[in-house]
Amino acid sequence: MPLSKIKFDKKIVLSLWIILIALIIAAPTLLPVFRLNLLGRYLSLSIVALGVDLIWGYTGLLSLGQGIFFALGGYCAAMYLQITSSSEFPNNIPEFFALYGVEKLPFFWEPFRSPVFTFFAIWIIPALVAGLIGFLVFRNRIKGVYFSILTQASLLVFFNFFNGQQKLINGTNGLKTDVTQLFGQMVGSESMQRLFFWVTAFLVIAAWFFAKWVVKGRFGNILIGIRDDEPRVRFTGYNPVIFKTIIFSIAGGLAGISGALYTVQSGIVSPQFMTVPFSIEMVIWVAVGGRGTLLGAILGAVFINYAKSLVSEALPASWMFIQGGLFILVVTALPEGVLGWIQGNGPRNLLQRFGLKRKIETYPSLEINNKEQK
Amino acid sequence: MNNKDLLNLIDITVSFEGFLALNELNLNLKKGELRAVIGPNGAGKTTFLDVITGKVKPTKGEVLFKGKSLVGRKEHKIARLGVGRKFQSPRIFENLTVKENLEISVTTPKSPLNLINKNIMDDQINEIEHLMKIVNLTQKVDSKAGSLSHGQKQWLEIAMLVGQKPDLMLVDEPVAGLTDEETDLTADLLKSLSGENTVVVIDHDMEFIRRLDSNVSVLNQGTVLCEGTMESIQKDQKVIDVYLGRPED
Repeated sequence: MPLSKIKFDKKIVLSLWIILIALIIAAPTLLPVFRLNLLGRYLSLSIVALGVDLIWGYTGLLSLGQGIFFALGGYCAAMYLQITSSSEFPNNIPEFFALYGVEKLPFFWEPFRSPVFTFFAIWIIPALVAGLIGFLVFRNRIKGVYFSILTQASLLVFFNFFNGQQKLINGTNGLKTDVTQLFGQMVGSESMQRLFFWVTAFLVIAAWFFAKWVVKGRFGNILIGIRDDEPRVRFTGYNPVIFKTIIFSIAGGLAGISGALYTVQSGIVSPQFMTVPFSIEMVIWVAVGGRGTLLGAILGAVFINYAKSLVSEALPASWMFIQGGLFILVVTALPEGVLGWIQGNGPRNLLQRFGLKRKIETYPSLEINNKEQK
Repeated sequence: MNNKDLLNLIDITVSFEGFLALNELNLNLKKGELRAVIGPNGAGKTTFLDVITGKVKPTKGEVLFKGKSLVGRKEHKIARLGVGRKFQSPRIFENLTVKENLEISVTTPKSPLNLINKNIMDDQINEIEHLMKIVNLTQKVDSKAGSLSHGQKQWLEIAMLVGQKPDLMLVDEPVAGLTDEETDLTADLLKSLSGENTVVVIDHDMEFIRRLDSNVSVLNQGTVLCEGTMESIQKDQKVIDVYLGRPED
């Protein structure tokens, strides 16, 4: 297909992809390791954003509790790293236990000695927890704002529980991973961080393909149907509870992977991952990037977080105002988000408004019916 | 009640905090029948559909469909048993295309695994093309359903209903907002569907009901006032008093 035949908005989406891939490939050579590490972290956050887009952008479930699943994934990874690096500590258990006089490893740590178990636990445990919470909520037909409040309340329950369990998981201090060992190397070392960057970049793209596969076709259409008119879906013979539970569970699994990658690149997992503002930020990334676009979620997560670190370095304490302003701008001027605006012919309309692009004369019927144009 | 009946409503009472939306309503439908249901506002027409489709649980009474009780079953289970419903205002999925809307309706089984694993079957694609031809939407196959005109939306929803292959079709005000010509075509379409399917049509439009040329049940205050052909209904004094008004001559 010649380039001129591709639609304008498709070209922009394609160029955004090219920029993103080029950025990922060029980053390890161009960026100092500190910046590379930041980019790696923000790319890992884009995986949780993809999950938010699946449940919110496609299915209409606004969850303010994705931090739960994000943190669970992080804890799974951190427990494995801590326990396999604890041979020189008293009782062969992670160092922090000694602070609280714990001599025996709590039972639920045991399976995390296994790398295979941990590999699966990182995404299956958050997915199961999400599935369980989701099923109970959806079965009782709780939706809309009540669903959002309930997920936020669950987040607070988890936050308070994890904060208070010093003897089990080091409570509010969290679990450090940067001084632990993986494959005989320090997790916080430069070579490991470079490796994590590549793993993250690969998983972001894999997660995008997976999400795309989920939403394309009839399964995705049912999700959109549930978002737009759930009773109609019921009366057509589908059980929305199952579809919502599945997609919420998928989003939970993605959040877990995201949390694990974020943990190993930031060096610590703590209950701070389950604070209310952080889970709301996840929603903002998707809102700004563009709901229901998938790519918008990735770009939103990466660019907003990168902007956050750059702005915070230059003008400390001003970021909250900028973030708030960004959210207000999106809600009022670009309800579809930046990518949704581009795909909805926004740039063309803007150029027309300033007389930079000629208006196309059409009949309304031509715009809605491609067949008649041929 | 006998074996030929597809649907029996027996002494259905629905009470909304003391207000009786339906009051000991009895109604039987034969297989293949076309039945019109009319009644003044607040007579309980929509509640009557809600009870059959499982949206509202009756306070008292029994709903038998093919001899099985529907009371207490979930909406999607009732739909899978073969009860299809078209809503008063067209309820289609506006962000999906005409084709995607019809895919949702013709797909079986309606399980997540089937939807994500398998491609749509050839005979279902043929079915969709056939349906689009019937309701004149072949040209609009890849248009967003939200961009259709009101009449086209009504027809798309009827096509979705037919695509579900229900044994019982419940059609709530199918001609609201349609032009005369569209109304006539809709009446012909519904008539052609009965025979093979059992169809219940709820409407206010007397001309339309007359065109259906079917048995009519008149609802009033949550109960069936009388049943019969359009001619006999129009002569019934009770009906004239509550609903039709006196003839002009």
